[in-house]
Amino acid sequence: MTSTHASKIIASTRDLSDFHGGIHPQEMKSLSNQTAISKAALPPKLILPLQQHIGNASKVMVDIGQQVLKGQLLAEADGFVSVNLHAPTSGTIESISEQAIAHPSGQSDLCLTLIPDGQDQWCALSPSEDVTQLSNSEIQAKVRQAGIAGMGGAGFPTDIKLQPPKHANIEILILNAAECEPYITSDDRLLRERADEVVAGLNIVASVLQTTTCLIGIEDNKPEAIAALKAATQDSNIEICVIPTKYPSGGEKQLIKILTGKEVPSGKLPADIGIVCQNVGTVAAIYRAVRFGEPLISRITTLTGLQVQQRGNVEVLLGTPINWLLSQYGYQAAKRERLIMGGPMMGFTLTDTEIPVVKTTNCILAPNEKELPLAPPAQACIRCGLCADACPAELLPQQLYWFARGQEYEKAEHHNLFDCIECGACSFVCPSSIPLVQYYRHAKGEIKHQRADQQKSDQARVRFEARQQRLENEQAEKAAKRKARAEAAAKAQAAKKLAESQTTVIDSAKPEATQAAPIQADLKSQTEPTIDVVDLSELKTAWDEAQSKLDKMYDALDAAKENNPEQITKLSRAVEKNQMRVNQTKQAWQKASTKAGSETKTAIVTQTENETKAESQNASEETNKPDLAALETAYEKADSKLAKLENALANAKPEQVEKLTRAVDKNKDRVATAKAEFEAAQQALNQTDKADAPVLEAPVDIPALELAFEKADSKLAKLENALANAKPEQVEKLTRAVDKNKDRVASAKAELEAAQQALSQTDKADAPVLEAQIDIPALELAFEKADSKLAKLENALANAKPEQVEKLTRAVSKNQDRVKAAQDELEQARLNVAAATTTPVNESGTQ
Amino acid sequence: MSIALSVILTAIVALLGLALAFGTLLGFASVRFKVEGNPIVDEIDSLLPQTQCGQCGHPGCRPYAEGIAAGEDINKCPPGGETTIQALADLLDVEATPLDAEHGEEKAKMVAVIREPECIGCTKCIQACPIDAILGSAKHMHTVIESECTGCDLCVEPCPVDCIDMVPVDQGIGDWHWNSPKDTNIIATDRAPGMTNTGAIH
Repeated sequence: MTSTHASKIIASTRDLSDFHGGIHPQEMKSLSNQTAISKAALPPKLILPLQQHIGNASKVMVDIGQQVLKGQLLAEADGFVSVNLHAPTSGTIESISEQAIAHPSGQSDLCLTLIPDGQDQWCALSPSEDVTQLSNSEIQAKVRQAGIAGMGGAGFPTDIKLQPPKHANIEILILNAAECEPYITSDDRLLRERADEVVAGLNIVASVLQTTTCLIGIEDNKPEAIAALKAATQDSNIEICVIPTKYPSGGEKQLIKILTGKEVPSGKLPADIGIVCQNVGTVAAIYRAVRFGEPLISRITTLTGLQVQQRGNVEVLLGTPINWLLSQYGYQAAKRERLIMGGPMMGFTLTDTEIPVVKTTNCILAPNEKELPLAPPAQACIRCGLCADACPAELLPQQLYWFARGQEYEKAEHHNLFDCIECGACSFVCPSSIPLVQYYRHAKGEIKHQRADQQKSDQARVRFEARQQRLENEQAEKAAKRKARAEAAAKAQAAKKLAESQTTVIDSAKPEATQAAPIQADLKSQTEPTIDVVDLSELKTAWDEAQSKLDKMYDALDAAKENNPEQITKLSRAVEKNQMRVNQTKQAWQKASTKAGSETKTAIVTQTENETKAESQNASEETNKPDLAALETAYEKADSKLAKLENALANAKPEQVEKLTRAVDKNKDRVATAKAEFEAAQQALNQTDKADAPVLEAPVDIPALELAFEKADSKLAKLENALANAKPEQVEKLTRAVDKNKDRVASAKAELEAAQQALSQTDKADAPVLEAQIDIPALELAFEKADSKLAKLENALANAKPEQVEKLTRAVSKNQDRVKAAQDELEQARLNVAAATTTPVNESGTQ
Repeated sequence: MSIALSVILTAIVALLGLALAFGTLLGFASVRFKVEGNPIVDEIDSLLPQTQCGQCGHPGCRPYAEGIAAGEDINKCPPGGETTIQALADLLDVEATPLDAEHGEEKAKMVAVIREPECIGCTKCIQACPIDAILGSAKHMHTVIESECTGCDLCVEPCPVDCIDMVPVDQGIGDWHWNSPKDTNIIATDRAPGMTNTGAIH
């Protein structure tokens, strides 16, 4: 068949090579290349997919209901690899919606629907009379503006091909006019009728790329087109290379091989070896865009196949629905309707007939069943090797088939699966009619999918690890902060203790004095002044020390004002407190110094008696004390162990739960027994104490009880907090724990109150002065603690999350009550002291 | 006799010397070129889908990779599915076993979507997300970064107002790829008469 054409053609001067393999299917071109290009009528509606090209979908620039003119920009290129989309005719935008598009998947995509108004009114265009005057960048901009994508079938944005990478030195420009696929004749007809436009477009591209050589590769089965080209290129240095008809000589890499003998390396582009290929339709569109400023709004499409009556090429507006177009050209749907977009070798069957013509639609094929029968069912591969002989990419289709079928994609990749151009030559020659290309397409898709997944999982890993790192850092930071705070607190505690020891010096001054008293009682005349001197000097040092501390605090406050403003309030409160303390010590000193003379000896004597009595009782109690302390520590240890275990239980894995539960139960028993023992011991002690030394027992007991109460209370608060943040499955457990702790707190409080009552009773009876004096610092401490806790809570409340506000508010009010109570107690105690000190003689006289 | 003895002694001494020399060399090499960690864990980890979903019973993909390296079954990863099992089987040269249903089924890829008007801005989902794929701050609406979401499900349960949906990933045209042809198992005589392959097009 090819030889008939070849005889008519003058052989090209160029040495042509050949590519490996290839096939000679029935051409079927005469079905459609006999008639001139006709212009399709204006369809009732146009459907314009936003993605008609490779790359990103275009961005819509119009609104629904908007009136648009022919050639108006409807959607803008979104990014570098994307193209513009223009209105093929004037009309109204009816909708922007998902509609079926020309895609082998049959899926829908976003499309603009344009209802033509029949006016076909152009928008303003910017033609250029002399294209040679335009600069490269102007031409590139015009091409980009016109929204041209490769019209051979792939749809790669053409303006990118006009801006090759800087390192690539483009030497050869090839016009791909081979049109090797059977049935398709759109390039053939275009060349026959508009060879001048094509050559002008080619010249524009050549001038932009500044290539030295310009070749036209055309198969020898298109003698009329060759003649037209020859006429059009008479005065130029464009070389027409007539190549033998063989499928797929129109493949980019195959054509390059034929014309130049060069091979495009695997995974590279032609630009990497200094070659650019352009399709005939594309260069014609470039010419119209540059010369007349016309955007790409129509294309030439072959309507062929025996089911179409008026076969031929039509210039059709982009967006024309295929079923409407075919109905205009006498199409009769076959019983088993089959429409193919593209050629029989590389095209795909349409799933919907209302699919629009797009920028890449070079052919619509409506064959009947005899003409293009469906492939028979595949048989087993007989390893004949015909496919390897036919493969134009020099691959091993048989091996690729086994790997693709066995999902050994890695091996398929090693056999250069991605060099397959999916031309279908292997399937065509396969005697077992195995759909080889479909296997390769599937394998390629799977590999790409797996690569994407791998990339995503790598990204996820990076993010996961970054998050882990961040959390660790946060944890470390928190720990460091906590440590720093603990250290600061320890320092503050030490300072407080020092201050306390200073204040207790005032108290201890009295016992010291009382120890001296018996001797002084004998030496009646000399004693009084000495006692006063000791007492007064002690008070004076206490005052001085408090004053110096206050000064230091003022300094700290000043420093804080400059550095960290958030500590100012705290510090100023501390300063106030210290001021108070200074005043108190000062007052105490002044009182003591004024009272020194009036202080009677009898008071001292009574105190001494009390003290000695207490000491003797203390000695008797000493035997009970170690036992109680040991029991207490044992109980506490057991309790903390239990808490730890409960904690572990909350965080435990399901398989460990049972074990832990058992451990918890066992420890609970242990705690209970320890508690019982401790309580029993305490009771016994209490009884003996009540009987023997009520005065002394109370002071010893109260601080311990208070401590226990506070511990229990803080534990309860912690638990409540945990409950707020807990997971649902832990809620029940935590609630129980909270209840238990509430009970514990209540009992501790009750015990404490009882002890306090007992103490106050005994104190009232026995030694109010001593007790009150001992009590005041403790009360002060309690008050301060409560106050600072309240401040902290208030702070927390200010920063709290909405769901915690209620709870915190409650906590704050509770603490406010507590502070008030502590303050009241403190004042009461102070009053008592004052009362006691003013009437020491009477009180002691009752003893 | 004495010559034979001396030959034997020489041989023994020579061998002992060699043994000592190589022993020292190997001992030095084992210390000097010691590989930190287990490299197989990295390889296994790179095959796992990194959803960090915990369906395998481990708190993340890496712990499961460590588990596999220590001899655990390779069929406990539902998000990875058969593909991952196959890859692990190839890597470790063990039999590929079907997915253990106890840990869940292989589902289509999902992505979390927050119904934004219902979000109360509690940040619970943000704390639950293992890969920081949720954006937002306290008392402000949160949203899922779809491209980062692995569909691990972990954010759904902590949400106090249940405003997070798991929806299948939108398989756009870009993600589509051709199906594998159906396997047919026929021989030449099964074909209808006239169905010869002369230029038939697929």
